[in-house]
Amino acid sequence: MNKEEQKKVIESIIFSSPSPVSVDSIHNFLSKEHDINRDTVKELLASIESEHENTPVILKKVASGYIFQISEKYSEWVTNFYPDKPQKYSRAFMETLALIVYKQPITRSEIEAVRGVAVSHNIMKNLLELEWIKILGNKEVPGRPMLYGTTKKFLDSHNLNSLSGLPEIKDVDTSQNTENSEQTQINLNISEGNGENDNNLDDFDNIH
Amino acid sequence: MDTDPQDHIDSPENIKIPLAYIKGKPLEKIPSDLYLPPDALKIILESFEGPLDLLLYLIRKQNFDILELPVAKITEQYMQYIGLMEDLKLELAAEYLLMAATLAEIKSKMLLPVHSDLEEEEDPRQELIRRLREYEIFKEASINLDSIPRSSRDFYNINSVKYVKTKKEEVPEKVDLVQLATILNDIIIRNKILSAHDIKRDILSVREKMAFILDTMSSEDYTEFTSILKQEEGKHGLIVTLLAVLELIKVGLIDCLQAEPFSKIYIKLM
Repeated sequence: MNKEEQKKVIESIIFSSPSPVSVDSIHNFLSKEHDINRDTVKELLASIESEHENTPVILKKVASGYIFQISEKYSEWVTNFYPDKPQKYSRAFMETLALIVYKQPITRSEIEAVRGVAVSHNIMKNLLELEWIKILGNKEVPGRPMLYGTTKKFLDSHNLNSLSGLPEIKDVDTSQNTENSEQTQINLNISEGNGENDNNLDDFDNIH
Repeated sequence: MDTDPQDHIDSPENIKIPLAYIKGKPLEKIPSDLYLPPDALKIILESFEGPLDLLLYLIRKQNFDILELPVAKITEQYMQYIGLMEDLKLELAAEYLLMAATLAEIKSKMLLPVHSDLEEEEDPRQELIRRLREYEIFKEASINLDSIPRSSRDFYNINSVKYVKTKKEEVPEKVDLVQLATILNDIIIRNKILSAHDIKRDILSVREKMAFILDTMSSEDYTEFTSILKQEEGKHGLIVTLLAVLELIKVGLIDCLQAEPFSKIYIKLM
């Protein structure tokens, strides 16, 4: 199978998939029967990406891999074509999400402390069902409350490769600077870790 | 700490929150002849995401510096809003009342004289200011987060457009029968554990049983314990009878004999 053919196979696979396809899964699949290395897969992906650059359907790299998308330019037309309008989220929902995004790992009571109101059960359920957040572990304090953090799917849903692509926020205040920098480090671990986040749990325990 | 003494002596007229402005003049009371849909104000008030949000709104509305938080003014205005919410029969979340108490506490602490010779006292407003700033940062962050491109709103993944519009259909998997039986068994066990433990009132009363024993027992002959049990009362009856006998021994109304452990027990009236 020549390169041109391999490229078409890769394109077909990604096009057929409803969720992002990682470089590794393509490589693992193709290398079973063909002589192809990981770098070649990447090279071919870059070639597919540039071929679609100015078409309404583009190849996009997000946290979990590559996926075909309608480009933002034409997405508005798609939105208007369908009678159902895109989901809007409440302020409470977005504030809760923002706290989980920027202060992960975070417990429910820590979210409540900042917002000054109880976190509704429905919002957490909704976020978990969307798979934008997940339970990272338990905080080693009395009651062992659950710690929440964001998922790769959250990044995928916002066309991000890692949490560092998010809009920056101001520092909360000087006394908490050190804590924040430690947390940023964890965030990077989460976004760049290959597998599940089990290995990060130890880090959480050390911090808290 | 340098607080404006004006904070404490502000006359309430100055801090009324105008409901609206008409030709530049503030309107503080709803004109009695104006028809307002009963839910109109409710909508404004319900739009606050909690006491911190309300406080921030009050501060921003009047261009106060958060760091110079004029507690007395803010407290007064906060209480007016709370009053308004109560008038409208909005269910006030406990958080709003807690904040009212916190504000009152800070306000009273600030009235206390400051001892400059003592080691530095913390500004009583500090904690609230920190919380307000922190909340403001995340409120802003949430707005920014909402504005970044989101899948199925600002862009669409191929194969996801239909997926968004209709609910995901679940394809049932084939279940093998042994597994089904195991699951059923699990459910039965779980139900047993989860079933509520009903506590019912005693059908048999110990007191009644004591009276019964005193009635039937004679003071001459010993009666064997098992002979006073009633078959139809079952285990429950046995327990009640035993309790009644023990109670009667305690008060010294009956005498109880047993030749050796596990042998028959005989009872007679004293």
